[in-house]
Amino acid sequence: MYIEKAFVESVEKISNEIFLMKVFSPAIAYTAKPGQFCNIKVSETDFPLLRRPFSLCNIEGDYLFFLFDIHGEGTKILSSKKNGDTIELLGPLGKGFVSDSEYDTALIIAGGLGAAPFPFLIKNLAEDKNVICLVGGRSAKNIVTYGLKNIAIATDDGSEGFKGTVIELLKEEMANISKKSFRIFACGPNPMLKALQKYTIENNYDCQISVECAMACGFGICQGCPVDSANGKSYLLVCKDGPVFNANTVKL
Amino acid sequence: MSHIDLSVNVGGLKLKNPVLLASGTVGYGHEIAEFTDLNKIGGIVTKSLSLKPRKGNPPQRIVETPSGMLNAIGLANVGVEEFAKEKIPFLKQYDTALICNIAASSVEEYVECVHILTGEETIKAFEINVSCPNVKEGGLEFGNDLDAVGRITDKVRNATKKPIIIKLSPNVSRISDFARVVKENGGNAVSAINTLVGTSFDIYTRKPKIKNITGGLSGPAIKPVALAKVLEIKRNTDIPIIGIGGIMNWKDAIEMMIVGASAFQIGTVNFINPTAGIEILNGLISFCEKNEIKSISEITGSYQI
Repeated sequence: MYIEKAFVESVEKISNEIFLMKVFSPAIAYTAKPGQFCNIKVSETDFPLLRRPFSLCNIEGDYLFFLFDIHGEGTKILSSKKNGDTIELLGPLGKGFVSDSEYDTALIIAGGLGAAPFPFLIKNLAEDKNVICLVGGRSAKNIVTYGLKNIAIATDDGSEGFKGTVIELLKEEMANISKKSFRIFACGPNPMLKALQKYTIENNYDCQISVECAMACGFGICQGCPVDSANGKSYLLVCKDGPVFNANTVKL
Repeated sequence: MSHIDLSVNVGGLKLKNPVLLASGTVGYGHEIAEFTDLNKIGGIVTKSLSLKPRKGNPPQRIVETPSGMLNAIGLANVGVEEFAKEKIPFLKQYDTALICNIAASSVEEYVECVHILTGEETIKAFEINVSCPNVKEGGLEFGNDLDAVGRITDKVRNATKKPIIIKLSPNVSRISDFARVVKENGGNAVSAINTLVGTSFDIYTRKPKIKNITGGLSGPAIKPVALAKVLEIKRNTDIPIIGIGGIMNWKDAIEMMIVGASAFQIGTVNFINPTAGIEILNGLISFCEKNEIKSISEITGSYQI
């Protein structure tokens, strides 16, 4: 884990509402694993006060990539960063995806900005793995496909691809997929993850989910980011025990 | 090599420097130890420990507010017994004063917790968190009830010879009355302040942002309140004070000592900058050197009014 003052290389608007930020940070670039995140201090002042967590979207050499949209003060500030500006990174944090194992196909399910951690995962998958990406969103403008491959799209309003949720698309596609051995990796809004959990637990499918939560520290000292364990006896911490969990170990 | 004397004595609790890490902000030390050298820190106050383990509140537990944050963690902790068995061995290896914070829902429970831990040599003092609902006697916070705070201090005093620090709530009319009652009942010191009650609502869903509805406010926003409360205690009583509230850097720490604190705790800042403790310590040393202050304890209560 490092605390690094890092130089912003670029912030690019890659679609109507989505930004891609490239940051120079060799220490984190060489130690991070897919599914991990960084907690970022976007300004040098007390505003915003707390860091903000962002999935590591991709890594190329010494550079990290983060994907985000604007939904608050922190992301607004990040969206206007220019080449040479600095931000402070705390990372890499959390437990990432476990991708090396005996299975044919990595089945990636992404809901909206939940697509963020997957370019890095796809890059790190063993060469012999097939990849299928199912990408969902409310409508065409919410679909994020950056860094993904072999994509099938689902939109709630039918403005692009399959009309329905990405979980409904998954169920349709399962007839083709279930002949292979696969592992599901998913990230997206809680309702999507809950529906996926129900489906994968019912069918005993191998599934990992990346969960989100409001965070303060991001490294386990504040206890601010609980997620209920499946047996209900204790809370796990999204920042430290996650953000990636086996789908049958937590209750959203 | 600094020749400044950084040591402070807080009512019998001897600390090598006045920098303490506040309860609830560094857990039991493991995570913060990865970022900072705990051997350099004056002391660490554990997460509030209760008789039985507590699961804590459901999410959402935290939200940022202007220059601060609200928290409703719900006193999630492993319980005194597991703490003694699993967490003390780790903390034992550091040259920093270990202070155990105790939370309870009845006077008897405070005493029971202290009883279980008092034999542990590594523990240098107890900090008693009275901002807990008195479940047995109506549910009002102990910290809002002068008589209850007196009783808790008295009973805990009889349960241990180690220094007792009562952590006072700011959500009262006259905090100095509480400080006086602590002194009268044998408490060694008070720490002030605990968090302020606050809330935050989402204007689109019209729901509170934290599940518990209200939470404790901490961070830079509360510093002026913390300073005023510490000053009030200093001017009205002679009990030693550990100052807490919104300290982010060495200047804030000096300010807190000037209004009356013998030592201070840093909390919220640890979430943002886990090396803050050492940075603040270095800032204090620098300040003393530049201003020809030979010993940091000279600063305590040195306000000019």
